[in-house]
This record gives sequence, C-alpha cells and structure tokens, in this order.
Amino acid sequence: MDALLLHRIHFAFTITFHYLFPQLTMGLALLIVALKTVAIRCRNERYNEAARFWAKIFAVNFLLGVVTGIPMEFQFGTNWSQFARVTGGVIGQPLAMEGVFSFFLESAFLGLFLFGEKRLSAWGHWGAAFLVFVGSWISGFFIIVTNAWMQHPVAYRVLPNGEYEVTSFWGLLTNPWALMQYAHNMSGAVITGSFVMSAVGALYLLENRFPEHARIFLRVGVIAGVISCITQIFPTGDLQGRYTAQHQPAAIAGMEGLFHTGTGAPIVLMGQPNEETQQIDNPIAVNDVLSFLIYGTTKAQVEGLDHFPRDQWPQPLPLLFYAYHIMAGLGTCFALLMVLAAFYLWRGKLFDTRWLLWPLLLSFPLPYIANTAGWLTAEIGRQPWIVYGLIRVPAGYSKYVSSGNTLFTLLGFMGMYSVLALLFVVLVYRIIERGPALASGFAVAKHASAVTA
Amino acid sequence: MGFIWFWLVAFMLVAYVVLDGFDLGVGALHAFLPRTEEDRQIMLHSIGPVWDGNEVWLVAGGGTLYFAFPLLYASAFSGFYLALMIVLWLLIMRGAAIELRMKIDSAVWRSFFDGLFFFASASLPVFFGAALANVIRGVPLRADGYFFLPLWTDWRVGAEPGILDWYTVIGGILALVALALHGALYLAVKTEGDLQPRARTFARRLWIAVLTLTILSLPASVIARPDTLANYRNHPLSFAVPVIVVLALLGTIRFLRQSADRNAFLCSCVYLAAMMVGAAIALYPRLLPSTTDPAFDITIDKALSGPHALHVGLIWWSFGMLCALTYFVIVYRMFRGKVSLESGGYEH
Repeated sequence: MDALLLHRIHFAFTITFHYLFPQLTMGLALLIVALKTVAIRCRNERYNEAARFWAKIFAVNFLLGVVTGIPMEFQFGTNWSQFARVTGGVIGQPLAMEGVFSFFLESAFLGLFLFGEKRLSAWGHWGAAFLVFVGSWISGFFIIVTNAWMQHPVAYRVLPNGEYEVTSFWGLLTNPWALMQYAHNMSGAVITGSFVMSAVGALYLLENRFPEHARIFLRVGVIAGVISCITQIFPTGDLQGRYTAQHQPAAIAGMEGLFHTGTGAPIVLMGQPNEETQQIDNPIAVNDVLSFLIYGTTKAQVEGLDHFPRDQWPQPLPLLFYAYHIMAGLGTCFALLMVLAAFYLWRGKLFDTRWLLWPLLLSFPLPYIANTAGWLTAEIGRQPWIVYGLIRVPAGYSKYVSSGNTLFTLLGFMGMYSVLALLFVVLVYRIIERGPALASGFAVAKHASAVTA
Repeated sequence: MGFIWFWLVAFMLVAYVVLDGFDLGVGALHAFLPRTEEDRQIMLHSIGPVWDGNEVWLVAGGGTLYFAFPLLYASAFSGFYLALMIVLWLLIMRGAAIELRMKIDSAVWRSFFDGLFFFASASLPVFFGAALANVIRGVPLRADGYFFLPLWTDWRVGAEPGILDWYTVIGGILALVALALHGALYLAVKTEGDLQPRARTFARRLWIAVLTLTILSLPASVIARPDTLANYRNHPLSFAVPVIVVLALLGTIRFLRQSADRNAFLCSCVYLAAMMVGAAIALYPRLLPSTTDPAFDITIDKALSGPHALHVGLIWWSFGMLCALTYFVIVYRMFRGKVSLESGGYEH
C-alpha cells in the first residue's frame, strides 16, 4: 500500500475523531458559564443544577478530547516529519503556546470546577468555569493559527536550507485567515453545544421528565443556537467564502463544482461532479448567484477549474464538492430550525409545541456532521498543498516510516477509538437517563456512593 | 540561545517526570498495594485532581521541543515511531481508566479499569526510561538527519540497535522502580490509616531496587556509550550532580525510616531531577547522538529554530510558565492534606 496515502488517512482519521469532542467542549463551556451566570445573578438554584448536570457530560467529553488530542500534537513529528522539520520554525510556536497557555489553564481549573464547588464561593466556582471556557477557546485559537498558516502562509521567510522561519510573531497570530476561520469555527462549536443542549431539553419535555430543567436547557440552547446559527452564515461564513475565493480560487471552484470560467457563474445546489466530462451531472443550479456572493455583482467573472493546471486541482474533487454542500446545506437548515424555535420561545409556546420539539431532539448529530464537513472542505480545498502554494503534500510525510508500520498504528487507533466511542455513548446515555439531580439530593448521593462502593 | 532552550526543554521534561511520575507510580502500585475498594478509591483520589495537569508537562514540553528544535522533534518522533505510538495508546488507556472507573457502580466495570490503570501506568515508565536510554546510547542517524528504529532487533547495542536492547531495558526497569518508589512515597504523604504503613513498606523494598539499578546504570551507560563521561571529565564541577543523586537516595531512606514522608518524597523528586540533569550534562551539546558517524549527531546548533521565534518565545514562555506555576500552587493548595473520600465532587 502507498505509504503517503496511509499517512494521510492516519491523520485524517485521528483528527476527525478527535474534533468530535473539542467542538462540544468549547460550545458547552460557554453555555455552562451562561448557566452559572444566571444561577448567581437571578439566585435560581435550578440553573446551578443544570450546570452540574452538564458538567458531568462535559467531564466525559473533555476526557475524550484530552486523550485523543495528545496523538495530534505528536503526529506532526511521527507521521509528517519532513513537514515538521521545515515548518517547525513557524507553526511550532502556536503549538507550543497551546500547551503552555491553554492546557495548563484548562487542566488546573477543570479540577477545581468539577471537584471544588464546595470549597469555593459561588463566584469562585463561576471563575473556575469561566477559566475552563477561556482555556478551551485559547486552545482552539492556537490550533486555528497553525492551520491558517498552512492555508494562507504569512510572516515567514525561507532559509537557505529550505526551512521556514517566522519573521513576525504578531503577523502570525493576526493572520487574517486565522481570525476569520476562528470566528467561523467557534461559532460552529457553539452550534454543536446549543443543539446538544436543546436536544436533551426536548427529550425530557417529550418524556415528561425534569420539566423545569428541560425548559432551562431549551431556553439557553435555543437562544445560543439562533445567535450562533446566524453568525455562522453571516458574517463569518460569508467572509470566509470571499477570502477563500481571493486566496484559494481553485478551492472555491472545486467546492462549487465550477469547471468552466465565466461571468454570471451559477450556484449548484445539488449534483454530482464528473471529472471525465468536466460538468455537474443532474444539476440543480441557480445562475448568477455565485458571482454575486463572491463579488457582489451578477456580472463578475469567476475562475473555474479550467483556469488552473490539472496538477493544482484539489483532490479528491467530488469529496470536496460534497463536503462543502453538506456543510452549507446543513448550516442553512440549522438557521431555519433555530429561528423557528426562537420565535416559538419568544411567543412562549415552544415548550408545548411537540412537533417542533421532535426536530430539535433529532437534529443533535447534524452539527457534528456539519463541523466535520466544514473541516473536510478546508483541508481538501488546500490540496495538493500541505502549505498552500509552498509545499506539496508528498514532500511532507515521514519517508522512513513504512506503510506496514503506518497501517499497524492506524488499525490500532481505529480499534482503540471504537472502544472509546462505545464507552462515551454508554456513559453519556446513563447521565442523560438519570437526569439532573436536585441540589439537596446531590450531596447525599455522593456520600452514599462513597460508603456503599 | 541554544543553551537556554536546551535547559528550558530539559526543565519541562524534568517537571513532567517528577509530577506525572508519582501518578504513574501510584498506578504501578495499584495492583499490589490496596486491599479494599476503599483503598483503591483513596489511591485514585490522591491523583484524581492533578494527573491531567501533570500530563500537560509532557504535551507542553513536546510542543516546546517542536518549536525550539524542529529537526530533533521531526527526527526523533518519526524514528521512535512505534514506541511513541504505543506510549500514546498507553496514555489514552491511563487517562480513560482514571476518569471512567468511578462512572459506573459495578464491580466488573471497576475491576476492568483497575487492571487497565495498572497495566498502562506500569508500562509507561518502562517506555520513558528506555527512551532516555536510547538517547544516551544514540541511534543510527543518516546523513539527512532521520533514522528509523524497530522495537527490537538482537537486543544488543550494536550497529543495528532496536528501541529495546539490554541497555535500554535496564533504563526502563530503573524508571519503573524509581517511579513506583516515587508513587509509594507520594501515597505515604497523602494517606493515613492502613494504607500509609503499607506504602512505606513498599517504598523501603523499592528503594533497594532503585539503589541497585542506579549503581548498575553507570557502568552500563559507559559500555553502551564509551564517551558518556567526557563532559564530566572536562568539567569536574558537574560531578556534583551524581553526588546529589547519591545524597538524594540516602536522604530518601533516612527520612523514610523516620516516617518523615514529605521529606522522603522531596528527596525522591531531587533524585529523579538529578538523574535527568545528569543525562542532559552527558549529552550536551548533543540532542541525539548518532551511532553511525559523529558528524551525523543532532546538535543544538543544527536543530535550533530561528532567532526571532526564539526571542519572542522566551517572552511568552516565561509568562506562560509563571501562569502555569501559579495554577499549580492554587490546585495543590486546594487539594492539600490527606485524601478523604468525603470531599465534594461530581462523581457518580
């Protein structure tokens, strides 16, 4: 088997699985801070109980994020050593900063948040939750800075030996690509958090259990959901799209399935890209829209794939097209659902509108798919480059790590992650099944289990 | 600049071994020391709030290594590929075992995670010790700066070494007993009642093994790498470090006999740090010596990052470390004293 392909699958598999957890961590961290803020400001103990309930899910989710995250930090060296060697002078910086600024913060205050509620004052415990939130969002920022440099390299120079060196630390951190991507990504994480929270609320209401807590989950989830779903499209998604069109025109052409350069470029809502005939099969398309979205006028010319040499086409092209369309399509549906839910919430009818609670319950897996598809779009769109326009992917992998060794560890990760996924589902199911504990019951339960265990 | 970053990275790795070392040691004793379910819970609670933060030193140290010495990171991580991947799997198992064990109240579930916790915690020190021994022995570096080592070959330190050979296995076992001793001393500090005297007894037995293997490791290193002592001969002052190793070991057993657990634990910290500093002195200015040709050695100068990155890095690194140390003081103060199962938490 081709070693390069296996190294690519190795990274793709481990990063895809890993990111299922941080997106909920980052989204939920914000929502837990919101719950705790309301609990203190409004002196409402139900919100504290809600925060404690979500902290249990947060703890399991956070653990999975931590243990699947360490392999990511190591894989730059293990599987992509040539890339690590030449770019370490640039992206080593944000990766090291993530460890120093984020992981210490998160790990220290997660312990205090989970185990220290009784030892801290109300605001002290709020502070611990807030610092966990800050830590997880800083972590996301440094990872985005790293990725953004691969998407859109800035503030670097090339040394005579072929290695890259950062010339402006500030320029690296304020890479415009990074700021846009960060906004889009974090908004996506909040979508995951709010959909998961609303889904549990909807489940409890449909089951007629924990009605008070369920209303809190729905209220917070839908309000955060409607805000994040809208910011996901505008301005963050819109900006990201325009910027990509400017700096990665081949990626936009691939995402939109635009084979031919022309004015009044259409937007394809559905279809199957056919690389042989260079057209979209069974297209459902609207003329002029793509030109308008990118340039603000229907007359603008958009570069199609025919504008680029074949060896610069992002590959696999159909997957890029589908990933982008799944992301954009789901994103649109999210906004519609959440606007509707927010309207019913505002009218005070959401909690009794069962036909609306059902889609809120069933749609919780979809943000995971949309976030994954979004990352697939970004990463396939970058192909065939590992650093856009500078280094091609085949120049990056560890050439002395054979395909046999790579397949060995890939299968190992697949096996291990299957077990982790199973454990995660079982444990989160149990937490949801038990539901939020009342404040008085919480201390007793803890004490009793320590004795009987 | 290279000198500074060499020691900053060394500091982070020492911090990792001293801090996560006792987590691993507690895990390695988990199969032997506790007699009851309550014992097992106390042992887990003793590291529960801190293990994750301690593990961060490894990740942050790895990141800092990547940023300061990209060539070393790229070469060593791909060259020790299989061993590193196994380390990652063991870290995953260890973390999952600690955190998930108490999530379901079932004897079968708990026993499974007890076994996993022990297995992962006892295996990790062996790999870490073997890794350090590999770096001292050297690896067959090529002219392009890369190498690849299989897990084992003929178990000899020859031209075609494996990650595991007789020398690195000694290093691995030394690390295992040293961290088990470290963990036992930590438990003596953090527990009371029935568990504490047993932790002390284990510590006394482990101490004999640590002493024997430490003495053995010196001639073994000289056989595995004849010029191990070159830096020491050129800078006789550096012999202070092996003297500290010996004093720390003697201090450990003395305080242990007096049941001065805290001091015994601190001596163990000093021992671990001095062992690693001793290895770092032997290596300097090499980061990864070559067994094929000294010209292929990865040295500080060869691997060092660009000046702008390192200058800016010094600023944010110092600030970040200050923050990290503050968090550690807060957390360890918050959870100071003997472990009690009554203290609050979200478990169950």
